[in-house]
Amino acid sequence: MRVDGRGLVDRTRPVRFSFDGRFYEGYQGDTLASALLANGVRLFGRSFKYHRPRGVFTAGSEEPNALVTVGRGAEQTPNIRATVQEIFAGLEARSQNRWPSLKYDLLAANDVLSPFLSAGFYYKTFMWPRSFWEKLYEPLIRRAAGLGALSGAPDRGVYDTAWANCDVLVVGAGPAGLSAALTAARSGLDVLLVDENPAPGGRLTGEDELIDGAPATDWVADVAAQLAGLKNVRVMCRTTVTGVFDHGTFSALQRSATHVPDPGDAPLEVFWRIVAKACVLCTGALERPIAFPGNDRPGVMLAGAVRRYLHQYGVAAGTRVAVFTNSDDGRKTADDLRAAGVDVVALVETRAGVKPGPDHPTFVGSTVTATRGRLGLREIRVEGAGGSQWIKADCLAVSGGWNPTLHLASHTGARPVWNAAIASFVPSPGALLGFEVAGAAAGVFSTKGAIKSGRYRAKLILEGLGAKVPRQGSVEADDTPPSAVAFWQVPAKGRAWIDLQNDVTVKDVELAARENYASAEHMKRYTTLGMAPDQGKSSNVLAMAVLAAQTGRSIAQTGTTTFRPPYSPVAIGAMGANGKGRRFAAERLTPSHQAALDRGAPMVEVGLWLRPSYFPRTGETTWRQSCDREVAMVRKAVGVSDVSTLGKIEVHGKNAAQFLDFVYTNKMSSLKVGRARYGLMLREDGFVMDDGTCARIGRDRYVLTTTTAAAGAVMAHLEFVQQVLRPDWDLRLLSATDHWAQLAVTGPAALETVNHLLDQPISREELPFMGHRQAQIGGVDGRIFRISFSGELGFELAVPARFGDSLFRLAVAHAETLGGGAYGMEALNVLRLEKGFLTHAEINGRVTADDLGLGRMLSPDKDFVGKRMATRPGLVAARREQLVGLRPVGAVKALSAGARLFEPGAGICHENMQGAVTSAAFSPTLGHFIGLALLEGGRNRMGETIRVLERLRGLDTLCEVVSPVFFDPDGGRMRG
Amino acid sequence: MRIKCPLCGERDLREFTYRGAALPRPAPDAPDEAWDAYLHLRDNPAGPTRDLWHHRAGCSAWLVVRRDTATHEIFGVELATRSRAVRA
Ligand SMILES: [Zn+2]
Repeated sequence: MRVDGRGLVDRTRPVRFSFDGRFYEGYQGDTLASALLANGVRLFGRSFKYHRPRGVFTAGSEEPNALVTVGRGAEQTPNIRATVQEIFAGLEARSQNRWPSLKYDLLAANDVLSPFLSAGFYYKTFMWPRSFWEKLYEPLIRRAAGLGALSGAPDRGVYDTAWANCDVLVVGAGPAGLSAALTAARSGLDVLLVDENPAPGGRLTGEDELIDGAPATDWVADVAAQLAGLKNVRVMCRTTVTGVFDHGTFSALQRSATHVPDPGDAPLEVFWRIVAKACVLCTGALERPIAFPGNDRPGVMLAGAVRRYLHQYGVAAGTRVAVFTNSDDGRKTADDLRAAGVDVVALVETRAGVKPGPDHPTFVGSTVTATRGRLGLREIRVEGAGGSQWIKADCLAVSGGWNPTLHLASHTGARPVWNAAIASFVPSPGALLGFEVAGAAAGVFSTKGAIKSGRYRAKLILEGLGAKVPRQGSVEADDTPPSAVAFWQVPAKGRAWIDLQNDVTVKDVELAARENYASAEHMKRYTTLGMAPDQGKSSNVLAMAVLAAQTGRSIAQTGTTTFRPPYSPVAIGAMGANGKGRRFAAERLTPSHQAALDRGAPMVEVGLWLRPSYFPRTGETTWRQSCDREVAMVRKAVGVSDVSTLGKIEVHGKNAAQFLDFVYTNKMSSLKVGRARYGLMLREDGFVMDDGTCARIGRDRYVLTTTTAAAGAVMAHLEFVQQVLRPDWDLRLLSATDHWAQLAVTGPAALETVNHLLDQPISREELPFMGHRQAQIGGVDGRIFRISFSGELGFELAVPARFGDSLFRLAVAHAETLGGGAYGMEALNVLRLEKGFLTHAEINGRVTADDLGLGRMLSPDKDFVGKRMATRPGLVAARREQLVGLRPVGAVKALSAGARLFEPGAGICHENMQGAVTSAAFSPTLGHFIGLALLEGGRNRMGETIRVLERLRGLDTLCEVVSPVFFDPDGGRMRG
Repeated sequence: MRIKCPLCGERDLREFTYRGAALPRPAPDAPDEAWDAYLHLRDNPAGPTRDLWHHRAGCSAWLVVRRDTATHEIFGVELATRSRAVRA
């Protein structure tokens, strides 16, 4: 019911929205909860486990009950708290966890079955027969229990992520937060004030209070205006700080456009990472319920929420309201309602000593022991010394005291401490470096206390940062001390809820304790209390009190469960914003990328790189046809391939040669200028890290290549060796991978193609195998290397990356006049396999140089990284797996990498496994499949027959063990 | 987590790559036990540690970071090139 003359909503701006298909009208400034309450709607959803009818319980982000699905189709978002969602024209919301409808929910049968669904039921009831669990019980439970559902369609909403930096972060813009922010702001520091609500004010917008003799909301507006006038202050509303991390790092979720009808291209939500030098936590307090039988019916609400609906939204939560309390907040609630013309039918006080006032029917020393009403509260039973009676009421406002909101103060591990004066936990003072906690969050509940606390805590922060502390005048506001006398549960028969969201009752907690899940953390896991989106916001302290009573410990001894981020739910879409689809990882493109696309090449991912798989020609319908043709082209004419992805590292300096001798197993100091050498690097534990070439381009200058996959790791390794192991050596490392485009030109006609591109032609004699030189290529300063990864006569041309595209186009065009052309990754792999050249399929992190047949590359004359460990017994054992070639015996459909090797006739079991195929392909040159494999003692088993098994692809065949070099074993083709 | 790189200033964790304990490399002829300890044997203290981090997405400096694994406090950061922790 709307109450005339109350509330801060804009009565001149009606807003039409729908809930469960029915249209309603609210006002600008309403939440879904306040607007529906104003329309007399009390039933909002069904509970998690028992499908009990549930209504609104709170007026904020702590809401455990009123979870709804907002939107439709791909845009729908489940589990939105109706108490947070602002209404806008066209808002569409639906209730959850009910079937077929909210009023007639067939799964409410769960409530009748509740004796079987008590704490830990899934560990007991459904254990037998075993096979039923997966097929029957679990799917049934999953369907019946739960929250809202995702649409199943990709979320098309726009999200974003952002960083913010500040000197002082103030979390919460209630009386304490506003005071802290203004104090910090006046010192001139960079201040960021963040609040989860649409506007600042905190509790002040939900109460009827005076500050300095004027309405508190005037004070809020005045402070907000002062902050808005300061350039060094940013205020972020609708933004929830969700987590606190080490060294002043915070996460926050900004609901930037979930409250408007059409966000356009604006992000719905922004996930912020905030870095602050210091922080004042002014997160306020959450009211706690009292456990009594039937306390979950729609219409039972927290008293502070009832007051907020009245004062902020101008809504009476009921027509006949009863109040149940252990503190003066009860009287305040009753007074406020009465002043607004709402009928207060009972004020039930657990405290025996209070004097009943004349205004309300008051029951001192009494409790509510039962409730009635199928889909909403109809009456309550009040019991006290004077007997018991049923009283008609459609709303019961409950106040059991207030719990400081500790979550953020506890995220980094600080344990809160018990404060008997307020019967609740408070943050441990000084436990967090650079943090202060102020106001209700620190247990200071009065308005005046909160303002003073906010100013004082900000002052401490300013002093810590060496900033000047501004002077501030005094303030007059409510300063009532806390009056709650601890009262947790009504000792009466019937189910009394503690955690409404997870459907956990007093009995569940007691059962957990009896079954020896008596520590707070065990009880939580056994009952699911405080889990899921709720994180025990309303229930935590009450649950600890019940557990303490059951186990005979004090609440302080019982402690709290661990609070973990996020404080309130964060959509994965927001956290992962900008990381969807192609933006999931960086994409690296070769200089010839567009040229390859122009030739119709499909791309394949190689690490972050996209490389052409093959270059299809007219008439070719499968990749194998293209690949086989490209291999033959290289063997018979000439092929061109962009190999810019290879890591290129320049090493300059007086100690460059010495350094390279230390990182390579073989000697590089003896390399002559103008020559290159194949090199091997080990990890310090003796295994092979990477291979590549090392070219000496000057007395103190080298250029190394690494494999594409290991380029980053090798660079980091070289930096480690230089800075950590050999800091006194004079040298510099330069990663030049992206600076150079490098083209492989290879095949019998390679020289002719290269000479077409060079300004000054060369001969084989001028540039012998493993030679290199500076070269002018189309008028551009470049380099030419005579190296080969195909086994044919080969050159690599290097030019600055920006010329890569045109060089590739020119080279391919000329190669095509000679019967050649471009070749892709598939052909490149077949060509190297035919030659037994290695990639990281072989260098798999578990092989030694000797395993690869490269044992002779370990120089005995010098120390190098990995040398000492390369000789330990396990790394030189005879039974190690060694590199061999495999050739099928007879016809075979395919050989595939990953296949396991067994002796023919041996049982197929792990113990008999002798190795695995590392790479395999069809060799068009040889006319059959070939493979490289690591086989136990393989080098001494040439000519043996081995069984190759790969169950996933149905491969089971025999192969002959052969040399890993299948083609041109003495290398005459590339050396000549 | 934030690490104050001596060259770049305070930066977010994601710019850094963790390696492990900051230890001196044994001499080539040191006993097997020394090499075993260098490569494989690690303390796992709930308290102060000294480890190597690489400012890989920044200046590429290797850093020796002294910190507390229990409180997450960072006591000091120095360039590995100047650190005695990794010198024999
Ligand atoms: Zn740096």
